[in-house]
This record gives sequence, C-alpha cells and structure tokens, in this order.
Amino acid sequence: MSAYLIRRLLYAVPLLLGVNILTFLLFFVVNTPDDMARMQLGQKRVGPEAILDWKHERGYDLPLLWNEGAEGTAQVTETIFYQKSVGLFLFRFGRSDQGRDIGADIRTRMWPSLAIATPSLVLGVTVNVSLALLVVLFRLTYLEFWGMALCVALMSVSSLFYIIGGQYLFGKLLQLVPISGYDGGRDAWRFLILPLTISVISGIGSGVRWYRTLFLDEVEKDYVRTARAKGLGELRVLFTHVLRNALIPILTGIVVLLPLLFTGSLLNESFFAIPGLGSYTIDAIQQQDFAIVRSMVYLGSTLYILGLLLTDISYTLVDPRVRLH
Amino acid sequence: MIPTLFWTDGLFFLVLVMAGALVLVMRRREHFRRPWRTVSRSTPAMVSLVVIAVYLAVGIVDSVHFFPRADAAGSAAGANEPISLLDHWLGGLRTRTEKTYSEPFAAYAYAKEHLPTADGGQRWDYPRLTYGGAHLVDPESERVRDIAVTGVRGAGQGGLMWLIAAAGIAALIARSRREPIGRVVHRVARGQTPLPWRAMLLTLLLLCVGGGAIAEWSAHYHVFGTDKVGADVLYQTIKSIRTGLLIGTLTTFVTLPLALVLGLAAGYFRGWADDLIQYLYTTLNSIPHVLLIAAAILLTQVYMAKHEEAFASLALRADLRLLFLCLILGLTNWTGLCRLLRAETLKLRELEYVQAARALGVRDHGILLRHILPNVFHIVLISVVLDFSGLVLAEAVLSYINIGVDPTTESWGNMINSARLELAREPPVWWSLAAAFVFMFTLVLAANLFADAVRDALDPRRAD
Amino acid sequence: MPLPAFPRCLAAVLLPAIAILLTACGEGPWNSPYPAGAASGRTLFASFSERPKHLDPARAYSSDEFRIIGQVYEPPLQYHYLQRPYALEPLTAVVLPTVRYLDRDLKVLPDDAPEAAIAYSEYAIRLKPGIRFQPHPAFVRDSEGAYRYHALTDEQLASIARLDDFGELATRELTADDYAHQVKRLAHPQLHSPIAELMKTYIVGFRELADVLKRDLDAKGPGTVLDLRDYALEGVQVVDAHHYRVRLHGKYPQFRFWLAMPFFAPMPWEAERFYSQPGLVAKNVTLDWYPVGTGAYQLIENNPNRRIVLGRNPYFHDEFYPTEGEPGDRESGLLVNAGNRLPFIDRVVLALEKETIPYWNKFLQGYYDSSGLASDNFDQAVQFSAQGNAELTREMQAQGISLETAVAASSYYMGFNLLDPVIGGLDERHCKLRQALSIALDYEEFITIFMNGRGIPAQGMVPPGIFGHLDGPRGINPYVYDWVGNAPRRKSIEAARQRLAEAGYPRGVDAVTGKPLVLYLDITARGPDDKSLLNWYRKQFDKLGIQLVLRATDYNQFQQKMANGNAQIFQWGWNADYPDPENFFFLLYGPNRKAGLGGENAANYQSERFDRLFERMRNMDDGPARLEVIQQLQEIVRHDAPWIFGYHPKSFALHHAWFRNLKPNLMANNELKYQLIEPAQRVARQREWNRPRVWPLLVGLILFFAALVPAWHGYRRRQRASAL
Repeated sequence: MSAYLIRRLLYAVPLLLGVNILTFLLFFVVNTPDDMARMQLGQKRVGPEAILDWKHERGYDLPLLWNEGAEGTAQVTETIFYQKSVGLFLFRFGRSDQGRDIGADIRTRMWPSLAIATPSLVLGVTVNVSLALLVVLFRLTYLEFWGMALCVALMSVSSLFYIIGGQYLFGKLLQLVPISGYDGGRDAWRFLILPLTISVISGIGSGVRWYRTLFLDEVEKDYVRTARAKGLGELRVLFTHVLRNALIPILTGIVVLLPLLFTGSLLNESFFAIPGLGSYTIDAIQQQDFAIVRSMVYLGSTLYILGLLLTDISYTLVDPRVRLH
Repeated sequence: MIPTLFWTDGLFFLVLVMAGALVLVMRRREHFRRPWRTVSRSTPAMVSLVVIAVYLAVGIVDSVHFFPRADAAGSAAGANEPISLLDHWLGGLRTRTEKTYSEPFAAYAYAKEHLPTADGGQRWDYPRLTYGGAHLVDPESERVRDIAVTGVRGAGQGGLMWLIAAAGIAALIARSRREPIGRVVHRVARGQTPLPWRAMLLTLLLLCVGGGAIAEWSAHYHVFGTDKVGADVLYQTIKSIRTGLLIGTLTTFVTLPLALVLGLAAGYFRGWADDLIQYLYTTLNSIPHVLLIAAAILLTQVYMAKHEEAFASLALRADLRLLFLCLILGLTNWTGLCRLLRAETLKLRELEYVQAARALGVRDHGILLRHILPNVFHIVLISVVLDFSGLVLAEAVLSYINIGVDPTTESWGNMINSARLELAREPPVWWSLAAAFVFMFTLVLAANLFADAVRDALDPRRAD
Repeated sequence: MPLPAFPRCLAAVLLPAIAILLTACGEGPWNSPYPAGAASGRTLFASFSERPKHLDPARAYSSDEFRIIGQVYEPPLQYHYLQRPYALEPLTAVVLPTVRYLDRDLKVLPDDAPEAAIAYSEYAIRLKPGIRFQPHPAFVRDSEGAYRYHALTDEQLASIARLDDFGELATRELTADDYAHQVKRLAHPQLHSPIAELMKTYIVGFRELADVLKRDLDAKGPGTVLDLRDYALEGVQVVDAHHYRVRLHGKYPQFRFWLAMPFFAPMPWEAERFYSQPGLVAKNVTLDWYPVGTGAYQLIENNPNRRIVLGRNPYFHDEFYPTEGEPGDRESGLLVNAGNRLPFIDRVVLALEKETIPYWNKFLQGYYDSSGLASDNFDQAVQFSAQGNAELTREMQAQGISLETAVAASSYYMGFNLLDPVIGGLDERHCKLRQALSIALDYEEFITIFMNGRGIPAQGMVPPGIFGHLDGPRGINPYVYDWVGNAPRRKSIEAARQRLAEAGYPRGVDAVTGKPLVLYLDITARGPDDKSLLNWYRKQFDKLGIQLVLRATDYNQFQQKMANGNAQIFQWGWNADYPDPENFFFLLYGPNRKAGLGGENAANYQSERFDRLFERMRNMDDGPARLEVIQQLQEIVRHDAPWIFGYHPKSFALHHAWFRNLKPNLMANNELKYQLIEPAQRVARQREWNRPRVWPLLVGLILFFAALVPAWHGYRRRQRASAL
C-alpha cells in the first residue's frame, strides 16, 4: 500500500511538470510581458519607460527559457520560466501582476468556496440519490416516466437560465433571500440558500439519471431477488441492500470531486458575488492577470491528481477485495 | 453574387458528407443495421430526429455564403461583408430594425419618446414602430384580430405544405412496400407502421403549422420582439442555430482523430506508448478546461491582431474564432473518449479472434483497422451524440465569461449574455431570453432524447 | 386521516425545517444582505464593481481609487463642495497658497513680471496646527521612544493577519515634513507614480532625485528599501513644522489644482517604514492597501474580494459644513446643515457588486443608498419632460428616489491618426476629408441610441463647466454645425458629400485612381453590445459612400498600435484631472505626441500655430485675454479636425430620500464627509418594500407531495399484489 502510494506520488511529478510547461507556454505566447505591463499600469499617462521599469521590477525583462548572456546554471535560472514556475512546485505562488500575494489571497478566498461547494455537493448527492431511489421505487409507474422526462428536460436547460431565473424569482419577485452577496460567520446561510438551491436543482437532471442507472443495475441482481423472495419490503430492499451495494460507485464518483471543492464554481460565484476562488479565477481571466491564472491552473491540476489518488484509496476502504500494489 | 466559402462552412459540409458516407457504409453491414433499426422504432428518437433535421436544414442554408452585389445606390457597406443564403431569404427580418426594444407582436415601442403633436408641441408617449404592425391604422382595435387572421392564414399555408409532404412520404412508402396508398395512409394513421411515421408526421405538422404562422407573422410583426438596438430577435435566434450546430459537430474534427488514434494505440500496443498517452491525457485533463479554453481564445486574438490584413472583414474574424473555439473544445474533450477506447481495446486485444489473427501474421494496422476499430465504433458513435448537447450548452457559459464565440457572432450564448441584464428592467424585457431559451432547449432536448435512444441501442450492456 | 409511513417521515423532517426558517426570519426583511440591525446605524451602504488597484496616493489615478483615498488622505487644498464654477479652498492649509515668481538668480519678481523673465515660481503653503493622523500602529512608541511595530518579529507576525490585529494604536501631529515626504515618493522609481514624468518637467530637482534613487536602487539590488529621508529634493523646502514651499520651473498656474489631488497628500515616514516590513508585505498588508491619513475617515477593512469598510477617524480635525453655496442650493435643502461639524456618516460599507442586475435590484429594495444609472435601467427610472429635461418616472418618485445629473468634465472623441497617409496630413484636402466625416458621424443619434440621451454633442475641445466653453452661436463648431433658431444643427449630409468631393473623393471614390475609399477603425470590441455599435459606425461612413473596415482587437493590441502610431481611426476619451482648459488642449500639443514620445496626444497632431498658442494659453490667468486665445485654439482644431468631437457624457445618479446633502461634484473626491443618512426612515422603507412572499413555495411543496400520493398508492397496491 505505502509503496503504491509513493509510486503514485512520484508519478505526479512529471504530470505537474507537464502542466507547468504547458501553461507557461500558452500564457506567455499569448501575453507578452509588455502586454501585462500596459494592462496593469492603466490608461492615463503611461510612457514606454514606465513599462520597462515595471518589467524590470517584476523580473519580466529576462529571456523566456534560455539566458544566452548568463554563465553556467544561471543560463537556466536567470529566465522567466525558472523564476516564475519553480516556485509553483513548492506552492509559492508569488505576487500577482497587481502586486498582491497570491498565496494569501488563495488562503482567504478558499473558505467561501468551500462554504458553498461542500454543502452543494452533500445536498446535491443526497437529493439526487433520494430522488433516484424514489424513481426506482416507483418504477414502471407514471412517476418513473414523467420523472425521467423531467430529468431530460432539466438537463437540457443551460445553467445560466437556472441562475438568472432563480435570482429573478426568489430574489426579486418573492423577496425571500438576498439577490447576491456574501457574509462570513453566522450570517452566511442567508446568502448561501439561493446558490445552493440553484446548484442542486441544476444538477438534478443528470444526477438522478446517473444514480438511477446505478440502482437499476443493482436491482436486477440475484441477491436483491433473493432478498425480495424472503419477503422483505421493497423499501427495506432498496435502502439496505441496493443502496449499500451501489455505494462504491457513488463514493468513488464523489471522492474525485472532493479536492475540486476548493476551486469553487465559476458561474455561481461570479453571479452571486461570492468571494471564492472561482470568481477569483474569472476576474483574473478578465483582467488578464496571468500570474493568478497560472497559479490557479497549477492548483487545480494538483487537486485533480490528488483526487485520482484519493479515489484509488477509497476503493480499498469501501471494498476490501480491492488490493493496491 | 460571388460565392465564398468560410472555413467553418467547408468543414461543416465535410462533416455532413462524412456522416452521409458513414450511413451508407453502415447500411450494408447487418450488425450495424440491427441497433439502428431499434433506434428507428423508438418514437422519441424519431420525433427528435425530425426536429434535428429541421435545425440542420436551417444550419445548412445558413452555411452557404456569398458577397451580395453592391446595389445601384452605391451603398458600399455591405459589399465587403458576405451574407448567407439564409440572410438573403430572411432579408426582410434582417433589415427591418426598429430603434430599440419592442415587445413580441408590438405595434408600439417599449420606451416612451417625445412625439411631435399636431399642434406643433411635443408629447411624451410610446411611438409607433417603423415596421412592427405598421400596416395597421389603429393598432388598439385591429391588432389582435390581425394577428389571429395572419396566424391562421400562415398556419393554413403551413398545413398545406405539410399535406403535400405527407402525401409524398406516403407515396414513397407505398412504392417501396408495393402496397396501395390507401392502405398505407390507413396504417400510418393508426400507428401501425414499423417506423413511428404517425408521430413523425405529427411533429412535422406541428413544425409546419408553427413555422407557417411565424413566417406569415414575421412579415408584419416582430414575433419575438426586438432587442436593444431594434434588431429582430427571431432573426438572431434563427441565426444562432448554425453556431450551435457547428460547436456541436466541428469539435469531432479534433476529438475523433485524437481519441481514435491514441486510444487504440494505447490499448493495443501498451508499454511505453500506453504510458506516454496516459500521461498526455492525464496532464490535459488535470488542467481546468475553462482556463485552457481562455488561453486558446486569447491566442487566436493575438494571432489575428498580428495578421490583420488576412482578416479584413468582421465575418472572417468571427468565423476563425468560431473555428478555433470548436477546435479547442475538441482538444479538451477527447480525453474521455480516448480513455474509453483504450479500455475497450485492452479487452478486445485479448480476445481469441484477435490473438488468432496475430498468430496468423496479420500486421498490426490490419488488425486495428479490420478487427478492433469496427468493434469499438459503437463507443465512438455514442460518445459523439452524447457530447453534442453538452457542447451546445457549454457555448453559452463560455460566452458569459467572454471566451466564447466572437461578440459579433449570433449565438444563444451571446443572446443570453446580453439579455440577462434586461430582466432587471421594469417591465422586464423577457423576450430575448425566452427566444434563446426555447430554441436552445428544443435542440438540446431533441439531441438528448436521440442520444439516449442511440446509447440504449448501441451499447451492448444495455441491449436487451 | 393518518399519513402513510413514507410521507409521514418526510413531513417530520420538513415541517420543523419550515418552522425554523419562519422563525429565524421573524425580524427585518428576509432578503436583506446585511446583518440584522445594520440599517439602523448611520452607515452608508454603497458598492464597487471592480476592486481598486492602488490605494497609495502616489499611484492611485482612477476615480474608483480616489473615491476611497479621497476620504482618507488630505492634500493641502480641496474643491468647495457647493460652489460652481469649481473653486479651490484650503483644506489642511490655512489659506490658499501664495505664489511668488523668481528669476534665474532666485530674485523675487513682481507678480506681473513678463513670462520670459520668470525662471521659477514658488508656492508657499501654511498648514493648520493641531491636525492629527488617524490612529495607527505605525505611530506606536514604547517608553524609550522606539517604534514598537517597526521591526516585527515572526512571533508578533504570526498573530497578525490584518491591521486591526495590532494591540496598540497611536497618532501624531501632521507636519510639513509629511507633505515633503510624499513629493519625494512621487519620484520613487518603484512606485511608478503616473505623474512622475509630468512632475520631472516642473518640480525643481525632481528629475535629479529620481535619477539618484534609480541609481541607488540598481546598485543595492531590487529588494532594498530606501529611506527617503536620506535624500533631498531641491524644489521642496520645509521651512518649519507647519510651513513648506514648492519651487517649480517657470510658470505653471495649474499646479494649484494638483495640490488638491491625493498625489500631494501627506505621507508619514513611519507608515512607509512600517509597511515595508517583508512579513507584512507577504500578508498583503501594504501601504497600497491600507492608507494612513488625516481625513474624516479611516480604512477599517479592506477585503477587495468582498467589501471595503471605512469608519470615522476619531482624531479628525474641526471642519464645518459650508455656509454658502450656489443660488438654489438653499431651496433644494443643501444648506440645512450649514455650519455643522463634519462628518455626518459614521461608517461606509462598500460591497463588491459585479453584476448590474443584483445591484439595481438591491438599490430598488433599499439596500443601497445610491446608485449610478446603467443604460439598461434607464427607461425604468428616467423620462424626459416636454422641455427635454430628465426627470424620474412616477414609480421612482413614489419610492422617494431623487435624481442628480451633471455634465462630466470628460470628452469622448473619434481620433484620426495624423501620421496616416490617407486620413492624416494638415493640407486643405485632408482637412476637408476629416470635416466631411465629422459631419457624417451623427453623434446626436449616437447619444439617443447608445447613451439614452445622457450626453451632449461636443462642439470643440472644452466641455461645459470648464473655463473657455462658450454656449450659444459663438460656441458652435462652424465646420459641422449651423446655428438655426436657438440651437445648433448639424449640417446636412449633402454638405458633407460636397466637402468629400472637394477632398478628392466624389461619392467616396478616389477621383484619381477610381478606387473606392476604404477606411479602418481600430476598436476594442468586448461585449455583445458592441456589435450594434460597430454596425452603427459602418452605417455612418456608408452615408458618404465610404467603406469602413472595423479592426477589432483586444485592449493590449490596441494600446500597442496606438503607441506605434499604426492605427488609422480610433475612439478615445479623456477625463479631466482638474477644471482647466489646459488639461484638454494639451491632448493635441505636438511635443506630447503618442507615437514615439509616449504622450497623451493620441492623434499625433502637430501644428506649429496650435503649439505656439497653447504655450501662451496654458500660463495665462483666466480672463478675457485667455478666453480669446482659447477661441483661436478652438478654431484651429475645428478646422484641422484631428478629432471628430464626440460628446461629453452626462452622469446620472439616483439616491433614496434618506440620503441627503448630495450634490454632484465632479472634481472633489472627498464628498462623503458632507453627506448625511437618516437611518430611521431607511429602516421603515426597507421593511415596507421587502415583504417576503412564501405562498408560492408552499403551493409548490404541496403539489410535489400531491404528485407522490397516487404513486404511493400504486406502489402499495403492487406490494400487496406481490405479497399475495
């Protein structure tokens, strides 16, 4: 087990290196340091000298990958790539182009993201699983047909409509909740209700369909028939036998998502003005602050890889037959 | 009239030709025909197919571009911007713009203005629209009646067209079955045909009647109202069909070759090739897709800014951006299919007939082409149809973050993006949003239903 | 009837949940985005849409940044809140600064000395005694007089995340040294002060100081922090604790306006030393985020991801509401608080609000006290009276909302790159071509369609409200407008075609080569809204038979093109720094060209006659002579038409009835201390406007369960059937 873990961790190194190089190339080809300087220095009264100074101060006046002018190892280290990318491996994100410390920003913004993403995952899974169980319970009735039709319909609606419609209905017409905003601490729940509801509803379509196929696969299996033959009620059969055996695919599906809770939801956060990492990323894209974007790409990749690892481990925990080696 | 071919036009037609060729090939193979027969017997799938076909027809007509001749008045503006056949046909809709918002079927504008009164003064009131309901003398008393009459007339014409089409279809069935046409009509009407012709014809009737009424109305009204600068919303949402279809289909140009070649290679050769390919797709997968797309879109913008003499017209720029968006969406989308194909190939290569072929000295590419590819092809098909609706939906979200299609391209995403602010007005301007919703929802719903049927039929695990 | 088991257990869960929800929301409106009771304090609730980039007074240069630091930092002068035209008054200074002129040998000249003789001008500023800085950890000293927090250890740092985590706070008196220190900071190469280049040409010794600082920084490596007290700036002399002088090269009357901007606010050296500690920088606690000033407010919380909170400065010096204003101010209730001590508002909460829908809705629900007016909400809020005046719609009036309008001291224009071979050039032919385009581009229509009428077409360089602007027939641009009746009227399109023909392009076709004229507009297109704008431009050029090719690029590419002088036609705008015509005409001053020189003259216009007149005008005092020169300048640019003078935007702002003492002041940025909130009224109105409607939810729930019941029965039947 531990040997396996070490091997997986080692495997992550080339992955992260690849991610790093790829994003570096993408963003520096797109956006030359001159562009960054102009973007950050603003519109009024900016001369060419100010741009040179800005680049020098932030180390963007070095060559990209290979420094001809330097000696020895400095040929590699005195480059933008080395200076800007190596720190990422150690989670030293450096400063954004606007001069703020990215690490500190990430640490403060991760909490609102978690506050919205965790409950929406938990609630979403609960609602989807219970609705899917309901549908399976009432299979071969009008409820299954219409439930599934409703799911396809829900799936076919763009997530933007859910948000726009939800804000309009609950915030403006019914005046039940604040339209947007966020507050830490005890008051947070009032702001979270609406985005939570919306993210749960918008996930119902595909979620219920997915869990339903899982359950239907199980329902037809022999042990369920046996249980039913023993005279157990359908409810008992579903909740004890089927649910427990479907738990493995459900759990592994969730575990992959766990680390990504940190990075938040791009749409929800920016529509509801929740100061999390999702809106952080969108802002950075729109302000072309690529130091932030690269940090977020790196963070996202790391967490994704972590998720894969967690999935493997969770297999062994849920199902003792699986051995990792 | 000088025809011109956009990049996306060409590729779109190529996709259609390839899909057509695929259908012909599959018709000849029994093991492909069987699952498709199941699909063709499913009522939702076939009804969806009718709807998709109508969308496709609009998309095709909208993909034939040409430069209009400069008209005699010497108007120069149009001459360097190509238009499509659809624009040409809908010319009226395109050019009949009002000043600003107006409600669906309105005869008056949405906002009040200063109007000169008869006695030389001014009053603050809703002005009449330039085109919408302009033929009415007194809109208050005539409008409802006129809408009803025009609607019925249009519906009638649509119905007539449907009758002709339905008769043609019945005749074709009768000919291929060698049955008297009366019996065919009888059987279709009672739903006793193997293909759900009754449901399909009913759908067609609905579309014909609705389309006829809308066509007739749109000559005198703005059926879906007008937007902020007075452009007809119906026109925009019809134009958006092409964008949606392209996003859903052109991505296959990247996904299919990448996923097929790499997936099969990884599964079949294993070893270092497998490691390398797995590394490649894990790396790509681990980068948040939105960020990858953002970078790529910015890249195209830089490219175009540096080569601006090559992209003199706005349409050309917009087209290139659309193409790049499709390609980059493909680049982020192939990994899932690749993983599936790899897993399936790993399984297949251990099967006896593959081992036997190898023992007989058949070369690797022969085995891959003749034995493995046909047996994984259902996975490819399922994934293509399943992805389609997701891609159409993704376009809207990307446009919201400003990394979608060009702002000048008509697309549902752009419509929603500009319309979301309009709901805050009082009274709310809901029609742009509603039009985009209805058209997008219909396409995605049809695509989803069709994809479900295809999956159920093609996936051996689900086949009964 | 007993409920079946399954619905019963659901009901057991749901009913208490609903009950909790109902009781938890018992007091106050449910949809309030603030903690309970927040509305009853003297707190102003407003918003910001983009986080301010800099709060360092040496760097901040945009209105959203000034809006915050204007309340915190106090330069020596300020604009009178009520008076119009804009007038300067002392803020921390005792009186307006006195100016004396010196010749080359530093001998004092009489005030009316000829300009050629003036080598230097010297501004003497006397400060009011007893002004104190806001309480701040940078000033805290221990019993031996050493600064407690200037060398923070790691242990101390561990418990500090924000500024309010410091245990002790202290203050000290404002001195002239603080002002001198800030002027030195403007020269600091690492601060990139946007006005450094400009000040190099004016303040004596400024350029030299910048060079020395740069040299020392390069010598010591990038990480070093320089103590500016070790460096002298020749042009700024501190006479005593409350008296300093600034010496400038030549005559520069506009300098007094700079003295009212935060660039010249005081900066205590302690603050700079305090914030330069690396441990604090790593926590984003920097001078660029946490200002230290003497103003009426201090920054309490700066979380640019969510909100920025300002609180009252407990040590704020005595300042009183103005006792006189413009005629009409008394009638509109602006003088009710005359002579009262400032400020009136205790706390300001600026919330991040990026989307306009929620913003506007929250304003209507009473959760924001004031609001700008985006074009999307315009029709809902404003209608025009028969005289063309904007007034509020009936619904808005019923809510007690008021509207303030003002023409901004800004100019938006379409510029021609005069270096371009087709459109540029100052010969008569090319001028005619540009004049023709000036007529064809119908900005009246532009304002109606794209601005909801919130602007006035520009007749020249100078917007209304700035010295040199003339109303009436003398003020129109005679190359584009005729004075008809009592209003300017754009010349007919025929006149434009005529001029185009004279320029050598009859009907838009080059008379020599026979080829159609094609022009290029470089534009940064971003949103879907821009599409209609682009179409509109194309239509305007089409009226003359000219093809317009739109080159849409992103912001960076556009800037690059402008810097290289590669654009042909472009749109641009300028917000005045101060209310003086010099601040507009310098945009066409030859030595200020953009291409190659990096100045603000984006059109790269260079006319010797214009430059000569400009140099004369900029140093004159306001009066008939200056007015005359300005009119000559206007005539030159109207004829040469390096710009199509677009429009001056009008700003519209709405506010609720409980928010008082508002008067648009486009120059001042410290208005907050004059404004006043009546919380009781606010609380009552918020409650009245926000009554939650629960019944649709309940109906929905009931329907959901109703749909389950038959299915439940069906299920029971099946169970029974299978059990048998």
